[in-house]
Amino acid sequence: MAEEMRIVLRNYGKIDPLNIDDYLNAGGYKGLEKARSMSQLDVINEVKKSGLRGRGGAGFNAGAKWSFAYNTGAEEKYVICNADEGEPGTYKDRIIMENDPQSLLEGMAICAYAIGAKKGYIYCRGEYPYVVEKLNVAIEQAKSKGCLGDFDIEVRMGAGAYVCGEESALIESIEGHRGEPRFKPPYPPVIGLWQKPTIVNNVETFANLPLILEKGADWYSSIGAKSYPGTKVLTLTGDVVNRTFIEVPTDTTIRQVIYDFGGGIPNGKKFKAVQIGGTSGGFTPEEFLDTSIDFDSMTAIGAALGSGAVFVMDETRDIVDVIQRITKFFEHESCGKCSPCREGTKRMHEMVCRLAAGQGSADDIANMERLGRVMSVACLCGLGQAAPAPVLTTLKHFAGDYNANLN
Amino acid sequence: MADYLNILQKYKDVPGGIIEAYHALQREYNYIPEDAIAQAAEVFKMPKAKAYGVATFYSYFKVGKRGRYVVRICESAPCHVAGAAEVVKALEQQLGIKMGETTADGKFTLEFTECVGQCQATPVITINSKPYHDVSPDKVAGILAEYQ
Repeated sequence: MAEEMRIVLRNYGKIDPLNIDDYLNAGGYKGLEKARSMSQLDVINEVKKSGLRGRGGAGFNAGAKWSFAYNTGAEEKYVICNADEGEPGTYKDRIIMENDPQSLLEGMAICAYAIGAKKGYIYCRGEYPYVVEKLNVAIEQAKSKGCLGDFDIEVRMGAGAYVCGEESALIESIEGHRGEPRFKPPYPPVIGLWQKPTIVNNVETFANLPLILEKGADWYSSIGAKSYPGTKVLTLTGDVVNRTFIEVPTDTTIRQVIYDFGGGIPNGKKFKAVQIGGTSGGFTPEEFLDTSIDFDSMTAIGAALGSGAVFVMDETRDIVDVIQRITKFFEHESCGKCSPCREGTKRMHEMVCRLAAGQGSADDIANMERLGRVMSVACLCGLGQAAPAPVLTTLKHFAGDYNANLN
Repeated sequence: MADYLNILQKYKDVPGGIIEAYHALQREYNYIPEDAIAQAAEVFKMPKAKAYGVATFYSYFKVGKRGRYVVRICESAPCHVAGAAEVVKALEQQLGIKMGETTADGKFTLEFTECVGQCQATPVITINSKPYHDVSPDKVAGILAEYQ
């Protein structure tokens, strides 16, 4: 039986999140203290060596990202925490922020010290006003205790735009604009918020940092899968007995997640599919369940670890019905800036609706495949590029469900 | 009118503050009044079209009047398979309005939303952002009664 390992959730249920003394007594801010005793470059190299990769879904080496901002030598730089978690089926960042906000603040302060930033923002989704309140209390406490030094953190609220999870769209939103992604390069670590070098990392990425600094890169890199070390917080939804969150080493398999932690499929039904990584993730059939959940293993089977959402479907689910919901989501959330996404998400949804109504044709299926391939390379940002993944993977693995709907 | 200006002025010097200002307006009125957009354009020194473009880009904002209590039903996949459609029917029946409409007394508005990040207990609805979990059609009347 696989076991949980709690690094980012190490304080879950053990401390009062709104009492910074609890956090300090549990060893809080030791990582930051350690970082500040090192040179900036040594901190960056330590994070690089730990192998920590972005937990928001893109999986970029965090230390490497920081080094781009460090190397610019600019005087003004920014640290942004991406807390816009909008990926359906995902609520891990909320769990972290509600239960251990100081851990996030400490992680941001470590990053700020390493790259040389004095100002940080937490961009928290508008649907979490109750989390924003807690964050503001935590920031106030950290400031009054002097934990953050001369680093200032401000919370900004998102307003229900999924695309703002994309880092350049998020930056546009903090600047007070429509949240439309920028053309890249330049990337935010070089030219970001108000044209200054900016590091945008996910809540979970930041929450890993205090322990990485305290216990060292070698300790961290020895946990889980080699190419994506550490743990991942996963949220289990859909047809699974335990609809809950877990934190597991990254070499845990999908089967262990669903059966050992999730307790399997309810009501004696059989497994049909799992969509991991949120609504933009690929669908995975039974034959790949022994794959490890780490970033590269998931990519290798045509799926994605993404945000760590695990959405399980039992044998009674009609894949076309679920895909119809998903394509509607993307049609709604496309920002409209680039035409492959604006038009593509709309036409994809139209075709899926035709199929769901029993009026689709083999031409529709061929066009969905073609459109999906075009979108995955032609769209401007990750939203449009990932949007066809659920369609393409289900056409591949669950063709029977589509064919049953043909006119 | 003057009230809008008081709220907007507080964010005048906040870099990129128009979105925070819209949140503040919405906390006060539960929506962004049309007239406030023109004032926001002046306060934040941008064309009206841009102030309007920002307000309407974000689905958490609503330009123009809506009910005192905004009931939002998540229609993302995890809530969908958990039976969100049945909850929609129950809400429509209970309030006598369709999705997107407001009750005649101006009390309730029904809206769809995408994921609100409470997926441990689906289906989920929110009323003025407060989440309600594991909602089933038979729970709807009891939840709405809290706001009667």
